[in-house]
Amino acid sequence: MLRFILRRLGVSALILFLGSVFLFFITVLSGDPLEDLRESRDRTAPQQMEARIRNMNLNEPWYVRYWIWLTGVARCVTLNCDLGTDSRGADIGTALVNAAGSTLRLVTLATILAIIIGVTLGILAAIRQYSGFDYAVTFAAFLFFSLPVFWVAVLLKEYGAIRFNNWIADPAISLTATIVIALLVAFTLASLLGGDMRRRLVTGGVSAVVAFAAITYFDSVGWWRQPALGLPLIILVAAAAGILLTYVAVGRSNRKIFYAALTTVAAGAVGWFVFNGWIVTPTYPLLLLMFGISIVAAIVIGWFWGGWDRNIAIWVSIGTATAFAFATALDQLLRNWGPFLERKPRPISTIGSGSPNFSGPFWTGVWDWGVQLILPTIVLTVISLAGYSRYTRASMLETIRQDYVRTARSKGLSERVVISKHALRNALIPITTIVAFDFAGLIGGAVVTETVFGWKGMGAMFQEGLQRVDPGPVMAFYLVTGTAAVFMNMMADIAYAFLDPRIRT
Amino acid sequence: MPDNDQPELPGSGKERLSPIPDPHDPGSVQHRETAVAGEEFSVEKQIDLTQKSYSQGELIRRRFFHHRGAMISLGFLLFITLMAVSSIGYGFIPGWWPKDYTVTSTVTDGGRPSLSLFPPVWGEQPFGQDDVGKDYFALTMRGTQRSLTIAFTVGILTTLLGTVIGAIAGYFRGWVEAILMRITDLFIVIPLLVLAAVLGQSSGGGIWPLAIMLSLVSWTGLARLVRGEVLSLREREFVTAAEAIGTSPWRIIFKHILPNTMGTIIVSATLTIATVILLESALSFLGFGVKAPDTSLGLLISTYQNSFTVRPWLFWWPGLIILGIALSVNFLGDGLRDAFDPRQSRSSD
Repeated sequence: MLRFILRRLGVSALILFLGSVFLFFITVLSGDPLEDLRESRDRTAPQQMEARIRNMNLNEPWYVRYWIWLTGVARCVTLNCDLGTDSRGADIGTALVNAAGSTLRLVTLATILAIIIGVTLGILAAIRQYSGFDYAVTFAAFLFFSLPVFWVAVLLKEYGAIRFNNWIADPAISLTATIVIALLVAFTLASLLGGDMRRRLVTGGVSAVVAFAAITYFDSVGWWRQPALGLPLIILVAAAAGILLTYVAVGRSNRKIFYAALTTVAAGAVGWFVFNGWIVTPTYPLLLLMFGISIVAAIVIGWFWGGWDRNIAIWVSIGTATAFAFATALDQLLRNWGPFLERKPRPISTIGSGSPNFSGPFWTGVWDWGVQLILPTIVLTVISLAGYSRYTRASMLETIRQDYVRTARSKGLSERVVISKHALRNALIPITTIVAFDFAGLIGGAVVTETVFGWKGMGAMFQEGLQRVDPGPVMAFYLVTGTAAVFMNMMADIAYAFLDPRIRT
Repeated sequence: MPDNDQPELPGSGKERLSPIPDPHDPGSVQHRETAVAGEEFSVEKQIDLTQKSYSQGELIRRRFFHHRGAMISLGFLLFITLMAVSSIGYGFIPGWWPKDYTVTSTVTDGGRPSLSLFPPVWGEQPFGQDDVGKDYFALTMRGTQRSLTIAFTVGILTTLLGTVIGAIAGYFRGWVEAILMRITDLFIVIPLLVLAAVLGQSSGGGIWPLAIMLSLVSWTGLARLVRGEVLSLREREFVTAAEAIGTSPWRIIFKHILPNTMGTIIVSATLTIATVILLESALSFLGFGVKAPDTSLGLLISTYQNSFTVRPWLFWWPGLIILGIALSVNFLGDGLRDAFDPRQSRSSD
């Protein structure tokens, strides 16, 4: 396994190097960096030209300029990066650190969300082929695949941001909107859970009533401006996650796993009281520490309850603990939505990746960069998940038609076991191969999205650099995004080796 | 006792056959005295020759024309192309729309579109006007013309380039294949948009250089697919037979192998066109594609993106046209894929 990783790392380093040479070459060739100064009538134009030539080493041939850049980057090994100066003389390294953070946040979050949601939708659509849910998912995938990124971004700016800000000033959901939402929930759940007409009608009716009641309750209590979850709801969410995980993993018969999940929820509740001070005013390291403690506790609980199914019990407990942690974080976030709104009456702003001079409790700070992150993330996720759900659906359908699945069914195994234990892993194998290409596509989408939303991220750096025919920012962009893409590719290969034991060398 | 090592001769009458004859086999021995020799034994008589049988090409065409989504998409595409070419004219073909897209005029009715469905009225400015009074219908049609021209040109060039290189890589293996694989790896670290932006800027903004540059970045997908197909096809017996009688490799590739990959090539070319439309719009939006004074749908959206609250029609029409073209090309590609390779339960997508 280690040799596999090392070999892949070597090949990736070579590709990064060759790619950098190629990109530098075509960037330098793509235009004239002194074009605007040649045409300018400004009296200081010659001096400006001199300054620019000095900043960008324009008197050297391109391979000398490339060598200067390469030696500067090589010094990164000693943490002394020298990425050069751009055409105006500003140091690229400092600009890069600020820009890279926001872009990498955006792209990573969008990738993770797109993979999780897309793969889930694809699997569900494949299991319920030819149902209403399947047709809806397929059509939506086609639609999102054909959307231009920049158009969606501007649309979201208008509806997601401006209209939302107007709405949150006086939030109320009209009766028609409540009915429509309840009906949508009913149709989705009924189509998803399947069964004959009677069962689907019952599922649809129950979910419609529950959704309607929930929305009306939230509306009447003014939940939209002062939300909260509270410990009972957190426990409910975590228990639901635990039950779902147990059902998918072992079905209804194995009590031990179920008790492991329940014990994890109880331990979470205990931890909630014990660490309450830390939860309300944390810092990032403290948050990480608490998450680590909960994972360790989950592993211990799973180990003790497991018996013969120790591995499964541990994974189910970890999943339940993660759900509890997320529910707690969500609760804290929601409690701080009110104070956040006081500091920022129009929460979703469409320019920039963070408010200047924002001060407040930790969780309101999270809201600050969170709301800026939400719209670009939605844009990128929506377009990316179309591809994932299509490929997953096709791959899952092909896997279900294989002979070994027929054998499993004819052995009398329940549908749940057949899908989750036999078909799922094999269906996911082709997905890993498209993760790498899709990540590159997401980076391209991030360039466009950052332009629309006015972020000063890597995409803006690339665009401005290219417009000025300045290879400095362009190569800095390539360095960060190329490394991230290679890393993603590595993750995908490791996941491939994990899913398909035949290639573990 | 009958000797099973020395069975009776057939036709001697002493074979110990069942007296009950098989009714479905008029050629069986029990029927031999009563059956007329000749025709009833012919297998061809039992095939129903009254039904029409189709050749492979006809089968594919039938499946394609029965695919409703693909037919609707084809109709929409033809409508848009016809509209774009005929409304403001192209080259020497005159158009039926009187207004020119470069002429500014007075802004009437705040520039609002005069197109409406109830009652159906076309009006003076069906898509409205922009803030200096240019007719937006003419602008949009011009942009659509540009985008469609680039898309189809890139589609054709990409298909040619990708097919040839993929076929060479698949048949001859060797260094061409290695280079193809490394170039594909390159596309993992350099996003397509980034590469296209750099090349697009070096093309200077005219649509023919831009089309050539875009096809230089789009051929790798098709090349990989064709390489895969050629790799599997070159092991088949007909290729071995052709080689054995001394056919030159080029003739084998173009006359024997490539016709069998037509399905994959056509489907992939169609889907590439959809990708190229979106790519070109994104490039023009960023400023690296089609540049002013020429228009393109992406450039229109970029110019008017901030007037969305005041003049929404400036933003909706180009976007909807891009969306419509991309969606219909995707559906068309899906219909073609189903026509060329209908799996039993439509399991592919």
